[in-house]
Amino acid sequence: MLVDAENFSISEFLAQEREKDLLRFSTAGSVDDGKSTLIGRLLYDTQSVYEDQVKSIEGKGTTAPGQIDFALLTDGLRAEREQGITIDVAYRYFSTPRRKFIIADTPGHEQYTRNMATGSSTADATVVLIDAGKGVLVQSRRHAYIASLLRVRHLLVAVNKMDLIGYDQATFRTIELDFRKVLDQIAEDTGNPVDAIFVPVSALRGDNIVHKTNAMPWYTGPSLLELLEQLPRSQDTTSEPFRFPVQRVTRPDHTFRGFAGQIASGTVRPGDTITVQPSGRTALVERIVTWDGDLPIAHAPLSVTLVLDRELDISRGDLIGSTDQPSHLTNHVKASLVWMDQRPLELNRRYVLKHTSQIVPAVVASIDHRTNVATLAHEGAATLEMNSIGVVNLVLLRPAAFDRYALNRTTGAFILIDTETNGTVAAGMVTGTSHSSDSEESQDTGSWGPVTAGERESRWGHRGAILELTGPFSLIDSIERSLFTVGVVSIRLNPDAALFRADPALFQSVIDLQTKAGILAIIVRPGEPGILLARSEGQEIILEAGETMKAVSAIHQLLHRTGVFTSNEQAGL
Amino acid sequence: MPIAQPQSSSSRDPETQESPRLRLSHLKLLEAESIAIFREVASEFERPVMLYSVGKDSSVMLRLAQKAFFPGPIPFPLMHVDTGFKFAEMLTFRDEMARSIGAELLVWRNESAIAAGTNPIALDTKRCCGLLKTQALLDGLRHYNFDAAFGGARRDEEKSRAKERIYSFRDEAGQWDPKNQRPELWNLYNGRIHSGESIRVFPLSNWTEMDVWQYIHAENIPIVDLYFAKERPMFVRPLPGGQDMLLPIEQDFVARKGEKPQMVKSRLRSLGCTPCTGAIRSDATTLPEIIAELLQFRSSERANRIIDHDQEGSMEIKKREGYF
Repeated sequence: MLVDAENFSISEFLAQEREKDLLRFSTAGSVDDGKSTLIGRLLYDTQSVYEDQVKSIEGKGTTAPGQIDFALLTDGLRAEREQGITIDVAYRYFSTPRRKFIIADTPGHEQYTRNMATGSSTADATVVLIDAGKGVLVQSRRHAYIASLLRVRHLLVAVNKMDLIGYDQATFRTIELDFRKVLDQIAEDTGNPVDAIFVPVSALRGDNIVHKTNAMPWYTGPSLLELLEQLPRSQDTTSEPFRFPVQRVTRPDHTFRGFAGQIASGTVRPGDTITVQPSGRTALVERIVTWDGDLPIAHAPLSVTLVLDRELDISRGDLIGSTDQPSHLTNHVKASLVWMDQRPLELNRRYVLKHTSQIVPAVVASIDHRTNVATLAHEGAATLEMNSIGVVNLVLLRPAAFDRYALNRTTGAFILIDTETNGTVAAGMVTGTSHSSDSEESQDTGSWGPVTAGERESRWGHRGAILELTGPFSLIDSIERSLFTVGVVSIRLNPDAALFRADPALFQSVIDLQTKAGILAIIVRPGEPGILLARSEGQEIILEAGETMKAVSAIHQLLHRTGVFTSNEQAGL
Repeated sequence: MPIAQPQSSSSRDPETQESPRLRLSHLKLLEAESIAIFREVASEFERPVMLYSVGKDSSVMLRLAQKAFFPGPIPFPLMHVDTGFKFAEMLTFRDEMARSIGAELLVWRNESAIAAGTNPIALDTKRCCGLLKTQALLDGLRHYNFDAAFGGARRDEEKSRAKERIYSFRDEAGQWDPKNQRPELWNLYNGRIHSGESIRVFPLSNWTEMDVWQYIHAENIPIVDLYFAKERPMFVRPLPGGQDMLLPIEQDFVARKGEKPQMVKSRLRSLGCTPCTGAIRSDATTLPEIIAELLQFRSSERANRIIDHDQEGSMEIKKREGYF
C-alpha cells in the first residue's frame, strides 16, 4: 500500500487501521482462466507487491515483451513454475484503506477439488472466473457447487478475457443468464442459496479489477475490488445460539478453574445460563476472562476463558452452549462428504472424526448417493473416490454435540482422519441426523440406562477403547496392574480362550459392549520373545519387553496420545 | 513457574468494553485465531516447544501465548537456536524476556560446527545455514523429543511460505513435502503423527508484516532495540544502481578489503545472523515511525536477508530440508 506522502498522518492512518475489518475470499478458475493473473493484478494494482518481487519476475513468463506476467507473482512452488500451473492452496494478503483481505488461491484442476473445498471452508466470498470466450464450463459448475456446499455466501463471478471478445455485452449477458440457471439448481441441491454478482473484466489489462474501465461503458456496476470492499461479512454470527467448544481446562492453581476456547457462534455475558454437552449439566457464566481484563460481553470468534458459578466436570471436547437452543447430541449423523484421499472411502472401516476440539472414532455406515457435480444427478455409489462428493451416514463410537452445517459452520463441520496414515481423508458437513437415529438412540438409551458415555468418561478419566498387547504375559500383567493403579477400568480378553474360539462373533460383541460401556478392553496374545507389540486407536508401537518400566510408561503415553485417556493424571503427566 | 500478569487495565480493548454489538478489527480477529491455535497444540501434543528467535514475530508469538493460557503460565518451553552469530543485544533481550515472563528458555547450538569456525564467507550461505540453523534445529528438536514446534513464519513473507499449512507435517527427518500436505479445512487441524514425526505450527500464518507492527504498537510489546534507528557503525558497500548495502560490523570477516566502519543512522528490518543481515538507512525511532516507513517501502522485508538470494526458490529448498 503506497501512501500520499504530503498529506499523510501516521496517527490518522493508525486510527483508520484500527477500524479495518477482515474479509476472506477464495478464488477458483480453470487452468487457463487467468486466475493467477487476476490475483497478481489485484496485488499489483493495490500496491501490495514490493519492487524486488516484481523485479524477480520481470522478463520471465509467457506474456509479451515489456508486460509483466502477473501469474508469476503468485505461483509459489518450483513444480508450478515448471509446469505453469498452480497445484496447491496458497494464501495471499492485501489491504485497502477499507479492509484487509486474505485470499485462498485454489487450483482449478479437476483432481484438486479438495483444495477448492479447503479454500472455501473459511471464505466469506468466492471469486469464480469464467473465460468469456468459453462460457460456463463443467469446472465453473464444480466451483460454484463447492462454494455453495461449503456455505460461501457471496459468489463474485468475474467474466474474464473480455478484451478478447471485443468487450461484447451480449456475450457477457448470455454467460450471466446461463450461470444463474446453474446456480439455482445448485442451491436446490445443497440447500445453501448463493448470492451471485457478475462483473466483466480483463485481468491482463486490469479492466474492472481494481479500477473501473472505459472499455465497457455498458457496465455501470462496481469493479471487482469495490465489490469485495462492500460485501458484508457472512461469518457474523453474533445473534445465533451460543456455542463454545472447550479446548482446554485452565487450572493454574486451586483458586482458578476456567474453560478456554474460541466462541464458535453467538454472544455470551456473565450471568448467562449455559448447558454443557454431552453431560447436559447447567451452570451460570460467572466471568469472561482474558489477558486484557474480564469482558462484560464476548462474541464469536473471540478466544476467551469462561469461569462458571459451580464445579462441573468439564473437559476438552465438551461443548458449552445455549440452554434454550442446545446442539443435537447424537452418534448418528448424516453429512455431505468431500473425499480427499487417494485411497477411497471404505464403508464400516474405522476412521477418526475430528469435530471442534474432540476426536471420536467413527465409521461410515452407508452412502445415500454420490453427486455428479457436472449434472447434479444423484448416483448410487458403493464408495467415494478422491474428489467425489456424496451424502453419507456416519455412526460415531460415542455421541457428540452437532448443529447442521447450514446453521453453524463450526459445530456442523468435521474432518475424517485415516488411523493408519494419519492423513486427512475427508471433509464433512452435517446435514442432519439420520432418520434411523432417533429410534436407535432411544433404543440405546433403553438398553444402556440413564448413565451417558460422557459421564462414564468423566468419572473414569478415559473412554472405552481397545488396547491390543502382543508379548510376554508377565509384562502384560505389569501393564494391566499399573493401569489399574491409576484408576483405569479395564477388562482382559484372550481371543484364544475356548469360549471365543468356538464363537469368534461373540468375541467381537463382547468387545463392542465393553468399549461402548467406557471400559478399556485389553486384548492379549502371546508374541515373539523379547518384544511387546502394542496397538490402540490405529497407533502401533513396538517395545523391548526387557525394560518393564519403560514399556509401562510407553503404554500410558500411547493411551494419552490416542486420546483414550481424557485426563492427564493417568498418563502420569 | 510464576503466573503471568497482564500489563495494565489501560490495554483493555475499548471495542469490547463499550458496544454490545461488536465489530472486531482485523487485529482482534487474527489474535483470536492465533490464540485458538496455541491452545489446540498445547492440548493435543505431548511435548510442544516454541521456537523463539527473538525477532519481532517471536515477540508477538510470545504475547499471544501468554494471552492463550492466561491466567496460567505458558505450558511449554521456548527454544532459541543460537548460530553464534546473533547480535549481543538479541541475547540480552532474550534472557531478560524469558526471565521477566517466567518462561523456560532452552538454547541450542551446533557446537561442533561453531567450533569448526563455520561461517557464511568461508562456506557459502546455504551450507552455513544448513549447519548452524537447520541442523541445529533438527538436533535440538530430536534431543528434547519435541513433537510440535511453534514458529513465527508468516505466509506473506515469501512465495513458498504462502502454501504452508498452519499445522505443517514433517517426516522423521524433519522434512517438508509441499506436494503431499494434509488438507486443512475450517479450524480443524490434524495433529496426528506417528512416533518420530512432528508438526511445525505457524500461529502467525495469516499475519502480515504490517499486522505484526500494528499489533506491537497496539499492545506495547517489547522488541529488540535494533529495530529502532540509531547511529550505528556499519560497513557500507556500494551496490550497482546507486544504492548501498549496510553490513553490521559485528564480524570483521564480512568486511572486504578497504571497507572501514562508518557511523550510519540505521536500523534492522528483520533480525538474522550478523554476517547475513543488512541494515537499512532510517530515521524511524518510534513504532509509528517504523509503520510509516513500512508504508513507503517498495522492497520486501526479506530483501535484506542475504540468504534468500542464493538461488531461485532457495527458501523452498531449505524448507524441504527441514529449515523453518
